[in-house]
Amino acid sequence: MALLTVETLTLATADTVLVEDLSFTIAPGERFGLIGESGSGKSLTSLAVTGLLPRAITPSGRIVLDGTEVIGASERALGALRGRAVATVFQEPLTALDPLMPLGRQIAGPVRRRLKRTGEASAAAVTAEVRKLTDQVRLPDPERLLGAYPHEVSGGQRQRVAIAMALACRPKLLIADEPTTALDVTTQAEIVTLLLDLVRDEGIALLFISHDLGVVGQVAERVMVMRNGRAVESGPAGQVLTAPRDDYTRSLVAAARRFDDALEGRP
Amino acid sequence: MSAVTRSRPRSNPVHWLGYGLVGIVVLFGVVSFFWTPYALSDMAGGRLEPPSAAHWAGTDRLGRDLFTQLMIGARIALVVGCGAVLIGGVIGIVTGVLAAFATRVADDALAAVFDILIAFPTLLIAMLVVAAREEASLGTAILALGIGLSPIVGRITRILTKRVLSKDYITAARVSGTGWGSIVFWHVLPNIAPFLGVNLALQFGLAVMAEASLSYLGLGAPPPNASWGRMLQEAQGTVYTAPWGALLPGLALFALVIGINLLADGLRDRFDPQRRDG
Ligand SMILES: Nc1ncnc2c1ncn2[C@@H]1O[C@H](COP(=O)(O)OP(=O)(O)OP(=O)(O)O)[C@@H](O)[C@H]1O
Ligand SMILES: [Mg+2]
Repeated sequence: MALLTVETLTLATADTVLVEDLSFTIAPGERFGLIGESGSGKSLTSLAVTGLLPRAITPSGRIVLDGTEVIGASERALGALRGRAVATVFQEPLTALDPLMPLGRQIAGPVRRRLKRTGEASAAAVTAEVRKLTDQVRLPDPERLLGAYPHEVSGGQRQRVAIAMALACRPKLLIADEPTTALDVTTQAEIVTLLLDLVRDEGIALLFISHDLGVVGQVAERVMVMRNGRAVESGPAGQVLTAPRDDYTRSLVAAARRFDDALEGRP
Repeated sequence: MSAVTRSRPRSNPVHWLGYGLVGIVVLFGVVSFFWTPYALSDMAGGRLEPPSAAHWAGTDRLGRDLFTQLMIGARIALVVGCGAVLIGGVIGIVTGVLAAFATRVADDALAAVFDILIAFPTLLIAMLVVAAREEASLGTAILALGIGLSPIVGRITRILTKRVLSKDYITAARVSGTGWGSIVFWHVLPNIAPFLGVNLALQFGLAVMAEASLSYLGLGAPPPNASWGRMLQEAQGTVYTAPWGALLPGLALFALVIGINLLADGLRDRFDPQRRDG
């Protein structure tokens, strides 16, 4: 059975339709890529999955996450779902971390909540789990960085902390909304590799959002291409990215290829 | 960027001036409980004497010692400021946070209530409170001022809270299942505190000055309590013949308001890690 099912999802404000008639599924442990230019509705779709749409936007259609209907669910039901089924890593790690809280305490928050659910949330257990997570995300020099504030560490280190916070929930689905866009190229590659390793090791399903075709091709098994709030093409990553059928996808792929060629100095 | 700076905050001399000014007022206020040069209503000197060894700040129209009144005034100013800010702060912060979290209709309604109450003169609110309590006293004045400034705090809290709530780290916290209570206490309040603190300091100054207006109308602390506002008002008829009678409480008021604002600035710098290194 699918972990996430989205059926004929439509998102609209009072006067505009932002996302229309979107359907896709993600199986447990599967890595799914959502591609599309800026403003095509990728982030809104991911927010709809977690039930966190801005108030002005009304969803219709059907979203089932880990057996729970998300659209129309009570805030209480959603709270429980969010803690255990899904976590998100955002594009800009500086704004995704509380500027006034040391990094260690930020990771400890979700850890403590999870341990409380299973009964054993002693300070020592929380600290041990935080250290395990910082090892997992390969945060350098954790002694020092866990006491630091977000503005005191590098962008890559911040994103590692954000990933650790997401993992702390032991989610079944991890949503990564352009997790590398704000980082430099070397750091991008490191973070992508890290995410891939982690979801593979832990068997976590991944919803990976990006407009970078190269990265999506590296990460996702299946992809969906969006434009102006609609799906234009979907299928296995290899097929969509090498032999696109839709004109828009083809232009994206061609543009990406030209960009790569230009980088490598080919005519 | 990876170098973590754990340095102590640099102390800013301007902030020390703030701590100093407030410290002096607090000192006089506290000492006034145990000792004043004369008793408050003791007509110990001649009328309108200039400052001298016997009367450090001179005397008023009835020959009462002005330094004594200044000391009692310091105590009253602090009590009025702290009391009003406490009452207005609690009401304002609670309603402001609630408004930011409320459904759209309730939020709009609360925002409108804040705006209407802000447009309502504090003095009018104060008169209503006095009428409701059927007596003018220091407590009534504090309650009135607290209620009067609560919509200002409420409005600012609502806006600041909304700004914090729109941040990714709140969404991230919510995605990971953080409850509203934890979000308010661990994320919202700490992040609005630096701005709110400075605003509350401003309100402190305004409350101390507004108490002067209330006293003027006979709605403040009843005599023989000497608030700085009442001293100012009593000295206004003799400001040409005995200028020190108006000058000294005016200066004291000015020093306290400036001091509180500098102090709030200093505290903000000390507790905001992002400003610490800059
Ligand atoms: N709160 C809102 N109210 C109204 N419209 C909104 C709101 N949030 C987003 N939109 C609109 O919805 C559309 C899709 O936005 P979304 O953030 O999902 O794009 P995106 O695909 O994630 O783009 P990007 O790659 O730039 O992040 C945009 O046109 C945006 O202007
Ligand atoms: Mg987006």
